[in-house]
Amino acid sequence: MIVAVASGKGGTGKTTVAASLAWVWDRPVTVVDLDVEEPNLHLFLKPDIVGRETAVMEVPVADESKCTYCRACADLCQFKAISVLGSVLLTFPEMCHGCGGCLAVCPEKALSPGTRELGEVSWGTASGRIGFFMGRLRVGEAMSPPLMRAVIAKLGQNREAAARDVIIDAPPGTSCPAINAVLPSNLILLVTEPTPFGFHDLKLAHAAFAPLGKPMAVVINRAGLGDRSVQDFCRSQQMAVLAEIPFDRSLAEAYSRGRVLADALPNMHNVFAQLMTALRGVAKTSRQGEVAAHA
Amino acid sequence: MREIIVISGKGGTGKTSLTAAFAHLAVNAVICDLDVDAPDLHLILQPEIKTREDFYSGHEAVIDPAACTACGLCAEMCRFGAVSNPPAGYRIDPLKCEGCKVCVQFCPAGAIQFPDRHCGEWFISRTRFGPMVHAQLFPGAENSGRLVALLRQKARELAQASGRSLILSDGAPGIGCPVISSLSGTDFAVLVTEPTPSGRHDLERVAELCRHFKIPTGVIVNKSDLNPENTTDIQRWCDAAQTEFLAALPYDPAVTEAMVQRQSVTEYSADGLSMGIRRTWRRILELGQQKETSKKAAAIHTSLS
Repeated sequence: MIVAVASGKGGTGKTTVAASLAWVWDRPVTVVDLDVEEPNLHLFLKPDIVGRETAVMEVPVADESKCTYCRACADLCQFKAISVLGSVLLTFPEMCHGCGGCLAVCPEKALSPGTRELGEVSWGTASGRIGFFMGRLRVGEAMSPPLMRAVIAKLGQNREAAARDVIIDAPPGTSCPAINAVLPSNLILLVTEPTPFGFHDLKLAHAAFAPLGKPMAVVINRAGLGDRSVQDFCRSQQMAVLAEIPFDRSLAEAYSRGRVLADALPNMHNVFAQLMTALRGVAKTSRQGEVAAHA
Repeated sequence: MREIIVISGKGGTGKTSLTAAFAHLAVNAVICDLDVDAPDLHLILQPEIKTREDFYSGHEAVIDPAACTACGLCAEMCRFGAVSNPPAGYRIDPLKCEGCKVCVQFCPAGAIQFPDRHCGEWFISRTRFGPMVHAQLFPGAENSGRLVALLRQKARELAQASGRSLILSDGAPGIGCPVISSLSGTDFAVLVTEPTPSGRHDLERVAELCRHFKIPTGVIVNKSDLNPENTTDIQRWCDAAQTEFLAALPYDPAVTEAMVQRQSVTEYSADGLSMGIRRTWRRILELGQQKETSKKAAAIHTSLS
């Protein structure tokens, strides 16, 4: 089972939910922080990091002595990462998406693969039992999906970690980074809050993720704020609300001290243990649905 | 003309609620929502849309099944795993397609089309606080950086044409493509954080990004009373990092109450938090004036020497 914890709006409590879920999970579990722009899960789970690796992507390096300025590379590149001005060949590695097109199209083999640093992938164990993987984007790097793919690839290489259940902490939003983070999952857990901003962004997230055809369920954080629009929307879309975390200053204060809520507060342990059971129920129902559809 | 942007690194620290209040307090400003992915400012400003335009960016590859010879070269060359080969034939997943054109270029049968990608819409609107430039990227779309750059260009044109001296923008969370695109050429970035480990961690990263682009910054700790010790630590960090500590604002339920009423918090209530926000806004403007004055002094100095 791979659960992606996502949301449209930032700051609704994705990391809170991912950390507490991992804390109460009663089977072997690995958490993966794919919010590589602003990874936060490590601040709460405080893992022992045992490995780090610099992640890079391929960018072209030019050998101008071989270049005939035919412009084939510049004409193909869709990202303005390579251009030919008269008899000067310029590369802009920070614009490159790493498609490899220029290397493949160059008739003179004047381009060879170099690298651009994306950031760091690190891994370890939290509390002696929770597998932990994260990516941390280099400040100044614009593209997060390539680093997210590097984190997932690293997890895939670790057979023991990949065989466990996986909880992904996704970045906020509904555009390419968020989609990339939920793609490996088989269940999306949307965390929202019952405010106009939370409701609006929940609708956006639902619209963005629905085409992926994965089952979705909702956690309402700071329940008691705002109004009932979120509950009404979830009912109309047949998305189960699996847990409500009350709006409570003591929770916000525990979070501000870097605590995992399920660890700090016994009643929260129960809330997240029930959430875990409910998630398994959703996963099971959707599997049965698939079997029925194939039959 | 001055451009001020409100960003945070971490989401949910109160960027949009503060931007809405600043928009209420600002005089002669163009307001801009640069969170094109999950925009919320319009929920408070209730814009009346005057101009609506489609946003196209880049292309996407589409295989024509009638022309495809199923040689598999596209799947082999695609670095993004976008080409799949289900029983029905080769197909490109639009969510994974990067629009790089490699498959189009190398397909021996010329079977791959490359139409423009319709990524979203952008708007120029009228609000009770002045003109607003905003957008909505389609769910799951990409190239938000280009849309951000487009909105900023439209905001500048609008400010120039209407004689407005300030562009006030609400930014996106994170430090990636849309945030980088919203920083170039900005005069001042207001960094909104909260006194939590994640707020602090993300503040440091977004501040580093601003330093990288040489953008002056000021810090607001929102919900500061949740953890006064962490708030003091952030203040100390600002001193050491030579960043202006603008304000420590208290947690106030009026923020959510105002949001439910579709009002900015300074419209909704005159006291408490609103007084702090007014003081903060005056300080942000003062800092801008100081900068203008020192710029003029430097110009005079240069012309004299």
